[in-house]
Amino acid sequence: MSSVRVLVGTRKGAFILTADGARKRWKVSGPHFAGWEIYHVKGSPVDPNRIYASQTSGWFGQIIQRSDDGGKKWNTPGSTSEELKSPDGMPKGESNKFVYDGVPGTHQWYDGTQHPWEFKRVWHLEPSLHDPEHVYAGVEDAALFESKDGGASWNELSGLRKHDSGPKWQPGAGGMCLHTILLDPQDPQRIYVAISAAGAFRTDDGGETWKPINQGLHSEYIPDPAAEVGHCVHRIAMHSLRPNTLFMQKHWDVMRSDDGGDSWREVSGNLPSDFGFPIDVHAHEPETIYVVPIKSDSEHYPPSSRLRVYRSRTGGNEWEALTKGLPQRNCYVNVLRDAMSVDSLEPCGIYFGTTGGQVYGSADGGDSWKPIVRDLPAVLSVEVQTLP
Amino acid sequence: MIRVVLPPHLRTLARVEGDVELDVNATVTQRSILDELETRYPMLRGTMRDHVTQLRRPLVRFFACGEDLSHESPDAPLPEPIARGSEPFVIIGAIAGG
Repeated sequence: MSSVRVLVGTRKGAFILTADGARKRWKVSGPHFAGWEIYHVKGSPVDPNRIYASQTSGWFGQIIQRSDDGGKKWNTPGSTSEELKSPDGMPKGESNKFVYDGVPGTHQWYDGTQHPWEFKRVWHLEPSLHDPEHVYAGVEDAALFESKDGGASWNELSGLRKHDSGPKWQPGAGGMCLHTILLDPQDPQRIYVAISAAGAFRTDDGGETWKPINQGLHSEYIPDPAAEVGHCVHRIAMHSLRPNTLFMQKHWDVMRSDDGGDSWREVSGNLPSDFGFPIDVHAHEPETIYVVPIKSDSEHYPPSSRLRVYRSRTGGNEWEALTKGLPQRNCYVNVLRDAMSVDSLEPCGIYFGTTGGQVYGSADGGDSWKPIVRDLPAVLSVEVQTLP
Repeated sequence: MIRVVLPPHLRTLARVEGDVELDVNATVTQRSILDELETRYPMLRGTMRDHVTQLRRPLVRFFACGEDLSHESPDAPLPEPIARGSEPFVIIGAIAGG
């Protein structure tokens, strides 16, 4: 019987929630890496037992953790006792070494001055669709790294950061983070990324060169609302069967592209607010998408203090509120950009975590919801693995 | 034998309990202690000082014999009780909330 494993990153550790295909009774394990911020945990689609985690701390920096047994045991890659030292006696493990390629240069700071690129943390880990040893990392200050040895060492794909527009990129309120990495399942050379607040970018040559793909975005909060870069993209989602169709939750506005990001159009329609963070696509219906409206950029909680997921079955514009099982009064939590995910069971399951520490799950495509856990630390990320 | 006290998060990361004991076959300085510590526990590289610049991370502090040595040269010899192992070299995370 199929089962699901929900990988939850929080402000104070990681948690793993497991259930069989009915998704009614859950086991909770954790906290893993107690006390550390876990920005993201994600499993390899090729080998679900291979899971990568971004463990980070304002004090002690960035750590990459890896499990090869589905999250029971964890190691910093390249640091096990068998492989501690190179022949000259120095440690090999460099799984937390993220060094920009060449002279890092500068980007725009909040006040418009130039500011040096400084590595802070890994926001998002995206395992390859083909090789469990190959994984991408989106980092703050914005750059894309990759590891081809299971996370033991990392190299920057610096064509992105060295794009001519780099000096114009600026941090959003959460920092200048590369938070979204989408791998095209039909074209291994094509990758999409999104950066707050620079916008969306695409490579068609495996990461050598990059193109801003922000045409059609309109952001009133920047000097040129239709600028090539500077847009605060919060999240992009794709269905694996239609990789040219992208759905975007921008700072304000829900957007859609049907040409691989070359152009975008707004599909916010009847949403009560088009501000929000996550966006995701139903596992079996490429035109069914989900967002969680948030009141505004300064009030990061649901409109009318009612936690509502909105579903569109028409790829945007027409939205319905999903409320059954979700708090409909006095609710002031947020749902962060990496904190929503779907399983691929039938019917499709949807999961999201809140800054109040709840992880909600729906086993019926969003029609009804139940809390899987209620009192975790603030949830930063939610990923789901569907296991055979 | 040098004794090193790690902050709790780094003890967890290195999977050690209590003080760490190290043999340092050089003049006992911040740098020689950290070099040996990182050799024994590679997962600690980058957590106390930057991978490339080797500068102390801003929220990490070094104490010895009741003195804050965080701003001393990393190559300055540490006090004799540290070299003898009668006093520990203490690494702490700054008290900064969280």
